[in-house]
Amino acid sequence: MTANAPAKKTFWKRHWLGKTLVTIWQAPKFPTIILLVFIIFGLFGKAIAPHDPNKTSFKDSLTPPSWMETGKMTYLLGTDHLGRDILSRIIVGAGVSLQIGVMVVAFAGLIGSLVACLAGYIGGRTDMILSRLLDMVLSMPFLIVAVTLAAILGASKWNLIIILAAVAWAWYARVLRSEVLRLKEGDFVRLAVVAGASKARIMLRHIFPNIVNSLVVLATLNLGTVIIAEASLSFLGLGVPPPAPAWGSMISEGRNYIGQAWWLCVWPGVAILLVVLSFNLLGDWLRVRLDPKFRQI
Amino acid sequence: MGENLVVAKDLIKHFPVTRGIIFAKQIGAVKAVDGINFTIDKGETFGLVGESGCGKTTTARLLLRLETITSGSISFDGQDIAAMAGAGLKKYRSRVQAVFQDPFSSLSPRMRVRDIIAEPIVVNNSLSRAALEERIGETLEVVGLARDRAEMYPHEFSGGQRQRIAVARSLALNPSLIVLDEPVSALDVSIRAQIMNLLKDIQDQFGIAYLLIAHDLAVVKHMSHRVGVMYLGKLVETAESEELYRNRLHPYTEALYSAALPSHPDDQREEIILPGEVPSPLNPPSGCRFHPRCLHAMPLCSQEEPQLKDVGSNHLVACHLH
Amino acid sequence: MNDVVLEVKDLKTYFFTKAGVVKAVDGASFTLNRGETLGVVGESGCGKSITCLSILRLVPQPAGRIVGGQVLFNNVDLLAKSDQEMRQVRGKDISMILQDPMLSLNPVFTIGNQVGEPIRLHQKLDRRSIWQKVIEMLSRVKIPSPEIRAREYPHQMSGGMRQRIVGAMMLSCQPQLLIADEPTTALDVTIQAQFLKLFKEIQQQSNLSMIVVTHDFGIVAKVCDRVVVMYAGKVVENAPIRELFNHPRHPYTIALMESLPKMDKTQKRLYSIEGQPPDLRNIPPGCSFLPRCSRPLEICREKIPETREIQEGHTISCWLT
Repeated sequence: MTANAPAKKTFWKRHWLGKTLVTIWQAPKFPTIILLVFIIFGLFGKAIAPHDPNKTSFKDSLTPPSWMETGKMTYLLGTDHLGRDILSRIIVGAGVSLQIGVMVVAFAGLIGSLVACLAGYIGGRTDMILSRLLDMVLSMPFLIVAVTLAAILGASKWNLIIILAAVAWAWYARVLRSEVLRLKEGDFVRLAVVAGASKARIMLRHIFPNIVNSLVVLATLNLGTVIIAEASLSFLGLGVPPPAPAWGSMISEGRNYIGQAWWLCVWPGVAILLVVLSFNLLGDWLRVRLDPKFRQI
Repeated sequence: MGENLVVAKDLIKHFPVTRGIIFAKQIGAVKAVDGINFTIDKGETFGLVGESGCGKTTTARLLLRLETITSGSISFDGQDIAAMAGAGLKKYRSRVQAVFQDPFSSLSPRMRVRDIIAEPIVVNNSLSRAALEERIGETLEVVGLARDRAEMYPHEFSGGQRQRIAVARSLALNPSLIVLDEPVSALDVSIRAQIMNLLKDIQDQFGIAYLLIAHDLAVVKHMSHRVGVMYLGKLVETAESEELYRNRLHPYTEALYSAALPSHPDDQREEIILPGEVPSPLNPPSGCRFHPRCLHAMPLCSQEEPQLKDVGSNHLVACHLH
Repeated sequence: MNDVVLEVKDLKTYFFTKAGVVKAVDGASFTLNRGETLGVVGESGCGKSITCLSILRLVPQPAGRIVGGQVLFNNVDLLAKSDQEMRQVRGKDISMILQDPMLSLNPVFTIGNQVGEPIRLHQKLDRRSIWQKVIEMLSRVKIPSPEIRAREYPHQMSGGMRQRIVGAMMLSCQPQLLIADEPTTALDVTIQAQFLKLFKEIQQQSNLSMIVVTHDFGIVAKVCDRVVVMYAGKVVENAPIRELFNHPRHPYTIALMESLPKMDKTQKRLYSIEGQPPDLRNIPPGCSFLPRCSRPLEICREKIPETREIQEGHTISCWLT
């Protein structure tokens, strides 16, 4: 590809914001739409939900979904054992799950990138110490760590975010460290040293921007895992404390009623499935899309 | 010309080979550069040739302070570069730049051309915004690229153009010496001439010295004033470019030149095929390193290492035959 | 007398990508006689490697497809054969050596195992005989102590040795045609000389026909009998070796040879070809070399030049005849 004049690229194609929007436009429709729907739920849940998710109504408890016999139109997906509308709880719960997911991924991603850059680029003893730390964190069984930390810190939304981030960062660090090691050998890094750039400048301006692609892909794939992890912890009672609607707790609470009222467990399960699946599909697509461009001739 | 810019004396670089992870023990050393002496004059091109493992790339790295010297010294404009630190080191870096072989990995993929060229300046000086813009534009012009290309990203350019950008960057700080490590071997044949002409023009215009490393003897001969031949960490012969071509003294130089590809099918030259392989730099042969493969080896050669001797008109050779 | 082992007629191989159709090979024709070495010279993107892959039907799919032409091997069109039949041809009748021996050799198998693989695939012999053939082949490519080396792994060998081992592998079934794609680019100068001399000897011993793909006129001068120069997917000049070096006629060939630095001449400046190699997705009508040609004519803009014979055995694709 030869450059004869700066391509007549519009603002949209040159600026990173424009490029992001173009990427979103070209993404596979199914997962993008699903995620957009859930993001809207997350942001405007309280306004969209047909009912107050925490309003109990014993006379309406365990109402089946509207299309079944004895179902009521006003409770589209049915109600739980306390008479709370399941659809509303799912919509508002989206906000909780997504917020936790995004926060955890953001923290874990940033910490993981930092550790990866330091360990990979500086090397030597720094690398040895950080890598052993990494190995330790990765080898600890997640649930045991989570349970222990929850016992120490107490169960709340922010504690949950801390706990999940404390485990997830290692995964990013491990993968990104090998990217950093590879980038370190690139001629452009050597030339930056020859130009007199400090280690900090090289890590910030040369190494980090080139791992952003991988970071984004990892983040999208990790989001799904985090949501499931949150659901698992909520299921065990260690997650977001009731009565806040969280998909995991909804499933947990619905356990006792599986025989007679399947809809307590199934709908939150379907929500988790859709969100995680969409994130995974998007992550896969992003990986293919971002990678060749990086290695473009 | 004629004034020494770089003087390398008894330059040695050994890479330790260790065993063990926590308590590493040194069990040997790769003698990448094992005692070489050379000079580079202001405004001249010194070409270094040799095959894989001869130490030419390591020598370049030592000059660029990308590796630390094990023993011996390199002095630049009279100052020992190993002693430089802080401000002194920054000053050195602003006077010695580099262009590497691979145009695709030399430029940071996520930076615009303007930032790539500006980086050496930004790191070393504070030029005003306007002055910086002007400098970027100047260097682009010198390498034959339009100023408006500064806004683009490396992947929008061809290999030859990227190499031009790399050259522009190396010029940003007005260096006195540029290390050229195989600057054209990754480029298409029809582009090589363009880049070589460009480099020569720049040298004529700005008086910059070059350390040229290349494996293509014709390229080295065309671009260098003086040439040094390295084998297994040692300099075996140095002379002026034309003199070396006409009057090859060291048997290895002879083999190297005879192995170079002909420019015409009728160009029959004496074929000297060297037996065996290049020995490992971990365990170089005793005495003259080349003696196991040398067709003229004498008993003395395995016992005593020959020193670089001047045989006239600044032609130095390290061989017991001379 | 003229025993033709390979005839490529108007070969067209295109790559269908999202960004457009890349005409990697766009009507290439040439002939190879038995026992001859043909050099295919050109720069990156000219189509020389894809031509070789097309002969062996190894063009990367699904993006790449041979869309036209014929490849006549001993008068049989290879393009008409089935996959099954092509498998019989590869390794046995036609073999190929690539640029980087480290990529051609599998790091986890021994040398002996790999050199023996084509034999195992194409000949029904017992293990003893295969082993003997392997040792024989390794000796033929001058690997010292072949019995020991055969039990070692690729990473224990030097670059030059590896390339010779790949050669041994490819010659183990005594093919009629060997295609070598930039076989010495990754090798040192003196090792390159060793390698080329060795292969010239082997070729003379077994009347092997070779195609050597390279960008280096020096290699061509050293080992080839006839040369084909390619540019932007087309053959622009085809001549016997001395004729090409003494009387190059196509502007591209002339310019290319002019721009090479020569050992025996001291030049202040090198002649350089203007411009860049073309973008294969957007080849303008007419001659693809036009933007860089030193002697363009009006007709070059409109029509693709025809291939004309200007001397016996010397053809060029240019309107300047």
